[in-house]
Amino acid sequence: MVKKSIERIYLILIFLFLYLPIAVLIVLSFNNSKSRVSWGGFTFDWYMKLFQSDRIMNAFYTTIFITLVSAVISTIIGTLAAIGISAMKKKGKAIMLGATNIPLLNADIVTGISLMLLFVKFTKLGMSTVLLAHITFNIPYVILNVLPKLNGLSPNTYEAALDLGATPLYAFYKIVWPDIRPGVFSGFLMAVTMSLDDFSITYFTKGAGINTLSTMIYTELRKGIKPEMYALSTILFLIALILLLLMNYRSRENKQTVHIERK
Amino acid sequence: MNKFRKLFAGPYIVWVIGFTVLPILMILYYAFTNADGALTLQNVTAIAEPIHFKALLLSLRLALECTVICLLLSYPLAMILNGLKIKKQSFVVFIFVLPMWMNFMLRILAWQMLLSNNGIINSILQTLGFGGIQILNTPTAVVFGMVYDFLPFMILPIYNSMVKIRKDVIEAARDLGANNGIVFFRIIVPLTMPGVISGIIMVFVPALTSFVISDLLGGGKVLLIGNVIEQSFIKGMNWNLGSGLSIVLMIFVIASMAFMNSHSKETEGAAVW
Amino acid sequence: MGKKLIELQNINKSYNGTQILDDLNIYFNENKFLTLLGPSGCGKTTTLRLIGGFETPDSGRILFDGKDITDLAPNERKVNTVFQKYALFSHMTIAENIAFGLKISKKSKAYINDKVKYALKLVNLDGFENRSVDSLSGGQQQRIAIARAIVNEPKVLLLDEPLGALDLKLRQDMQYELIRLKNELGITFIYVTHDQEEALTMSDTIAVMNQGYIQQIGSPEDIYNEPCNAFVADFIGDSNIIDGVMLEDRLVSFLGIRHACEDVGFGHNQPVDVVIRPEDIELVEPSEGFMAGDITSVIFKGVHYEIEVMANRFEWLIHTTEFFSVGAHVGLKVIPFNIQIMHKPESSDEKAVDTNE
Repeated sequence: MVKKSIERIYLILIFLFLYLPIAVLIVLSFNNSKSRVSWGGFTFDWYMKLFQSDRIMNAFYTTIFITLVSAVISTIIGTLAAIGISAMKKKGKAIMLGATNIPLLNADIVTGISLMLLFVKFTKLGMSTVLLAHITFNIPYVILNVLPKLNGLSPNTYEAALDLGATPLYAFYKIVWPDIRPGVFSGFLMAVTMSLDDFSITYFTKGAGINTLSTMIYTELRKGIKPEMYALSTILFLIALILLLLMNYRSRENKQTVHIERK
Repeated sequence: MNKFRKLFAGPYIVWVIGFTVLPILMILYYAFTNADGALTLQNVTAIAEPIHFKALLLSLRLALECTVICLLLSYPLAMILNGLKIKKQSFVVFIFVLPMWMNFMLRILAWQMLLSNNGIINSILQTLGFGGIQILNTPTAVVFGMVYDFLPFMILPIYNSMVKIRKDVIEAARDLGANNGIVFFRIIVPLTMPGVISGIIMVFVPALTSFVISDLLGGGKVLLIGNVIEQSFIKGMNWNLGSGLSIVLMIFVIASMAFMNSHSKETEGAAVW
Repeated sequence: MGKKLIELQNINKSYNGTQILDDLNIYFNENKFLTLLGPSGCGKTTTLRLIGGFETPDSGRILFDGKDITDLAPNERKVNTVFQKYALFSHMTIAENIAFGLKISKKSKAYINDKVKYALKLVNLDGFENRSVDSLSGGQQQRIAIARAIVNEPKVLLLDEPLGALDLKLRQDMQYELIRLKNELGITFIYVTHDQEEALTMSDTIAVMNQGYIQQIGSPEDIYNEPCNAFVADFIGDSNIIDGVMLEDRLVSFLGIRHACEDVGFGHNQPVDVVIRPEDIELVEPSEGFMAGDITSVIFKGVHYEIEVMANRFEWLIHTTEFFSVGAHVGLKVIPFNIQIMHKPESSDEKAVDTNE
């Protein structure tokens, strides 16, 4: 029983380590005083200031826009790519998978810089370049979520559909698509999460006029703490929570081992 | 049908060439030329200059410290999580993985706030009678921030590889006479190696190449190789130098991954999630 | 008879609120091939795991060679287990797998090498020392699992449905292998399976279990020829089980007719179950049999024809090597010796019966 207590204490310690900072942020977001230490009363002021700040709201909308657009486009390209890759022979497959891994394993800073060097040759840095960059690092995540689903498909169901008279397109829509749909969806969600979270790549490819939440927070943090940031943290934390719940709800329904499910 | 299906990957192939291969070629170009366009190795050998070399060593040291700490913290955690009753398990693992999905920047903010001289930790220490500790703007703070940021990335692959160990394999070991120690060192540890290696890669590489954490928690006093590279692009406008140093960095990344891969029979492929 | 090597006394085990074993008493003699046979959920695997030490009973004792081992951990018991899914160590070579238990016992390198060679020879996999687990087929993995267990020279070998995942031919080969091993090594085999043919082939003694109770213990012939209740009769081999009335000793009535039989002691006018094996029924001219009816189906099974006859509103099953066509009108004939009488169960649950060897 001593073992169980030690285990429990350890879990709690790590839990505190991970969540204490977040908890303090959330508490301070309601603090009616700029101090980091003393409590000045409950208030929603910082949330109001948050929504009133043009800078912050602009960054927010920009982030949402970039995130959604790049996620959608990368999901389309990625799903098509997964379908194509699954039909390749061993050699081609290996090359494609290797290429897919490069953005994943490469350091953020190198990816960001290399993309920037490419972009400036052809155009000014701005919204389009950021979008291109986000799509580039999102596609691999989509592929890695859809490909296992495709590999797990029995080849016979598709052939059975053809045998029964379906056209390839109809067979795909009725047989293949329902099976890969969970992978497509989780790939999409992962792309959303990666885009929301990204800093380094956005930092190098955005140019002067654009700001996402991450880059805006970066500049603000160097100037000094503003409590509006705490309010922003709380909201983003809630969004992450919801997204993750969504991802897990999906994967529990479909018994993937994508995230934290036990088989 | 297969021939037709392969074409679906077409758009992606174009994308890969355009946005993965070409950019790498760009960096190589800038790395091996100087401002006039002539071929040179000076951007790469610049790593040997004192400032750059110091930054590289510091990065290696901090990344190593961070990785080791994450490993030491994560392994017992994964074991405990694996031992939980199944009903509780998903939920608890979820809790430990959730911070990973919170905005990376804001997690740094959280630590900056806690560690600052008039932050909470210091206030508590002072009210308790200890002197204040000066952590912010030191390498220690940066390691703290790195561990905080990357810990979930180490927990997850180790946990996943532990979950895959079938119960009957452990029972077979006990059946053959193994006590807890032998089960741990000869069965569990070897079978979780792929997960450990995934975890190490997922922590060491970002830690080595990070510049944001050292920026915000190091206050400009902690110069990592990532900072040097970033500055040469954003402030110094010396793209050649920056590219050259990036190549050195990439070599380190590739070297450490090759080292890791040679030490494992089977890494889990790329999907380490 | 041999001495009692393992004894389970008054074992109770429940899991998640369900009672798996209820006051189970059973013992296993030395040097025998003993099989626990029953359908899924009957408690046979739980019993095996209790012996191996992977479960502890809620109450009751487990004795090994007279000593109480109820609280001993698996690694302290002198038994070894062959697991259903082999449970080989995928990160070790075959030789390392087999040597695992020996290394723990701190045997010398020379001893271990010899033993590994010997074990591989025993299971007909010479030269496989340095192969990896993945490179082996299912049947080979199963044999390595057996080698890994027996190399430690346990007094008792526990086998948990080890042949389930193999195809028919391989399974049959392995069954003979196991019998050979048992004779060569002289250790006690305790085998768990739901496959009655397997049990009949390999065992010296079979314990038929259902719902946590032992229904019958005996040699394969006893169990097959003299099932003691409807469950056993139905589980082992095919049977025709009919409601009947024991009119007096050696006379039973069922389905509207009377027939001579050889059982005594069931009383007068007592309701009983009548069991006749399909291969014991002969198809004859309608006038020569005790009952007549029409053939409703004929299926060729290789070894025999499986023929169904509807007579006196009962669907009879007959095994015969002669061909008959569907629709033919035939008579059923059986000798009194082959009519088995059983007590009706007292409740819908079959309770434990006297477990004497």
